[in-house]
Amino acid sequence: MDWQLLITQMLNGLQLGLLLFLVASGLTLIFGIMDFINLSHGSFYMLGAFICSSITAKTGSLFIGIVLAVLVVFCIGALVERLIARKLYQNDHLDHVLVTFGLILVFDTLAHLIWGSQGRIISLPDSLNGQINLGSLVLPSYRLLIIGAGLTVAIGLYFLVTRSRLGMRIRAGASNRQMVSALGVDIDRLYLIVFALGAALAGLAGMLIAPITEASIGMGNEIIIIAFVVVIVGGIGSVKGAFYAALLIGFIDTLGRSYLGDLLALFLSSQNAETAAPALSAMLIYILMAAVLAFRPQGLFPPSNS
Amino acid sequence: MRGEQASSWPSHLLARLKGNLPNQVYFALVIALLIAPWLINALDQSFYLDLLTRALIIAIAVASLNLIIGFGGMVSLGHAAFLGIGAYCVGIPTYYEQFNGFVHLGLAVLCSALFALLTGLICLRTKAVYFIMITLAFAQMLYFTLVSLDEYGADDGLVIYQRSEFPGIFDIENPTTLYYAVLLFLLGCLYLTHRMMHARFGRVLQGCKHNEQRMQALGFLTYKYKLIAYVIAGTMAGVAGFFLGNFTNFISPEMMDWTHSAELIFMLVIGGTGILFGPVVGAVLFLLLEEWLSGFSVYWHLILGLMLIALVVFGKGGVHGLLSLGSNRGSQQNTTT
Amino acid sequence: MACLALAAIEAANKIPPLSMASILQTHDLHKSFGALVATDSVSLTVQTGEVHAIVGPNGAGKTTLLSLLSGSLKPDSGRIEFNGKDVTRTPAHKRVRLGLARSFQITSLILPMTVLENVMLAVQGTTGHSLKFWSPVSKEKDTQTQAMHFLQAVKLQDKSQHLADALSHGEQRQLEIAIALALKPKLLLLDEPMAGMSKEETRKMIDLLRDLKGDITILLVEHDMDAVFALADRTSVLVEGGLIATGTTEEIRSNTEVQQAYLGEA
Repeated sequence: MDWQLLITQMLNGLQLGLLLFLVASGLTLIFGIMDFINLSHGSFYMLGAFICSSITAKTGSLFIGIVLAVLVVFCIGALVERLIARKLYQNDHLDHVLVTFGLILVFDTLAHLIWGSQGRIISLPDSLNGQINLGSLVLPSYRLLIIGAGLTVAIGLYFLVTRSRLGMRIRAGASNRQMVSALGVDIDRLYLIVFALGAALAGLAGMLIAPITEASIGMGNEIIIIAFVVVIVGGIGSVKGAFYAALLIGFIDTLGRSYLGDLLALFLSSQNAETAAPALSAMLIYILMAAVLAFRPQGLFPPSNS
Repeated sequence: MRGEQASSWPSHLLARLKGNLPNQVYFALVIALLIAPWLINALDQSFYLDLLTRALIIAIAVASLNLIIGFGGMVSLGHAAFLGIGAYCVGIPTYYEQFNGFVHLGLAVLCSALFALLTGLICLRTKAVYFIMITLAFAQMLYFTLVSLDEYGADDGLVIYQRSEFPGIFDIENPTTLYYAVLLFLLGCLYLTHRMMHARFGRVLQGCKHNEQRMQALGFLTYKYKLIAYVIAGTMAGVAGFFLGNFTNFISPEMMDWTHSAELIFMLVIGGTGILFGPVVGAVLFLLLEEWLSGFSVYWHLILGLMLIALVVFGKGGVHGLLSLGSNRGSQQNTTT
Repeated sequence: MACLALAAIEAANKIPPLSMASILQTHDLHKSFGALVATDSVSLTVQTGEVHAIVGPNGAGKTTLLSLLSGSLKPDSGRIEFNGKDVTRTPAHKRVRLGLARSFQITSLILPMTVLENVMLAVQGTTGHSLKFWSPVSKEKDTQTQAMHFLQAVKLQDKSQHLADALSHGEQRQLEIAIALALKPKLLLLDEPMAGMSKEETRKMIDLLRDLKGDITILLVEHDMDAVFALADRTSVLVEGGLIATGTTEEIRSNTEVQQAYLGEA
């Protein structure tokens, strides 16, 4: 057993899981509270990456780039909510699908217009570009930073949702919409904040991954699908569910891709295992989703009603 | 006013199925489609025959989507998967030098029906929001699976060097023959839909769209009816995929990317959901629009996106709704359950 | 009481009941949502042919009880017997086929269909299967005739070609009854048929239900006490999920406990 590889893969899984959580937490709240299907949530992920790359290039500081870009994406999210989404909460889901697909086309093309068809690289400062040696283990420091940042945001979100007044309203909204409006909460403001906050979190995820993968058009349309799976597995409207499901899927996907071949080789001829493994590992998370739906259609951690 | 409109029809459903255009328009449309190859060949504009063939193939897929969205109220965002399945059922046998068209067609029907059945069994256990995401996720699963299959070209897909053979019956290497084969199947699908929607099955299905709880209280196991509709629609789209593979002579996982599923929904809405000929109108308009806009600039998706947003935010009901200035709006608004 | 006990024994032994037969019995039915006990050991008997009313203050669990009976909710414990058969685990759509139909408190029609089409859907459910993909329903004269017959029963025959959407509230409630009747139920569960109606509409509905009396067993959940006194043979009082009294409507009217618990508040 190659321990260096295993630990690296575990960290990759954790990193993917946390990024997925950043995207899925907003998505699940928007579903749960507004009953709105936002296919263009992945666009905020992409915009975050591109905007951050521009600001970082201008200012020379990744830190300033991230802080400013999060604010910009928050504002874009707020604008989308105000101008478009708000008008459609009462409509049927077909309208949500159409309008947010339209938004994807618009954002993708705008990104193409502004940043060109090539991907944009965010270069890391030397301080983050190194490696940390722990005895025989070598870990890239930026990946550790992503994990640290992801965990910090997750903990922050946990306290926001469970401890604050805003969080109380959000939780109430996710489990019982009528009740919140009956309590006299300013529902318009709540919706605006949830939508924009969700956008900013997805944007942050895009910024964090961009130095590794580069910012590219279409990056959002890939992550959004996995984020949907996370939302379904975790239970719609549940931030806690999104957290556990994101980590679970992050690990399964990463470890499946690296170890499924070895595992299958125990049962199949090595040649068959080699052909079957990539296909099967691509299907793993969807099989998990189907299994969850078959046995717990409401998700693993549905928002509680009490 | 709507009551009067209804009383002039023995069945209000019939009125809805027709949309707001008079019968003659549809007759003219069918006649135009029948003589189009003759006209195009006379003018020596084979490019347009290609465009029209493509539009009609897509129209089959949109018509099948109409069955589940327009009549059944099940918004599926994974319908392009069936197109892909049908196309791969041509591509993979051809790769092994099996050119028999009946094998291809049989496989396309079988595989797409099976995929619809297996995913439908799971998807239909859930409601609205979940249904959209799960159909999407299953389609992506298929997409990523094919991407990971190096044997069949992975990302790059496969080239189909030779179209399906139907020896002694017809030769679809001939573009005009292919066109008529597609048109025949499309009209067949539309007629089948027409019959089904006026038969008992269609009434139950349309009841499910508008009020599933009521249908259960009437003693119908709604799950069964929706599943059957889903399998029929999947199979139709699978055959459309069979035609698409033959038409493009090329297959790749990209065919089943979810953005194509979204485009199919867009076409359906342009043509008008729940209207029999809507899919044909929608698909033809969409492909013409695509052709025209992409001639303008590489950024034509921006215009398309803005149009889509405007269509939903400002005007509802699709082209049929716009043409008749809203007299059919009620049918669009009562779709929430 | 003796009569109730006898009915229970009869049902338990699966002996076909003779005279005072019960069509529906529940035994110790429980249902709770989290900490809220919505149905608390309800044992109820509805006798064949009677109109049995269930009254109780808001939030007493009337609609929950009805949902348990119709099968849209599953009880936590307890048993439901319908027509001598244990239906506790029978899914809702199968109970309908056994003859247990319900109407909804919130009008639940298929609005873009015509009045006739709404009733025809119900008739369709009772006459053969619905996996017919080819022959049009409009050619099924028998289905149509039957549907018109039920529309006549609720005096809506003149509006058969109108959209359900275009009816007044009172007419929509009438249509609800026609749909329920078209299911040819042995027992009809009516969930507040008078809800939201004007005085005039209520009187019409009372007349209509009175016409049905005798032909069909009705379990009526109703808020309007005048309607209950006008229609019900027997009445049960539900308070905080539990039955506190069952008796003839006259008895219930004069029962002091009931007056304190419910009527006194009203």
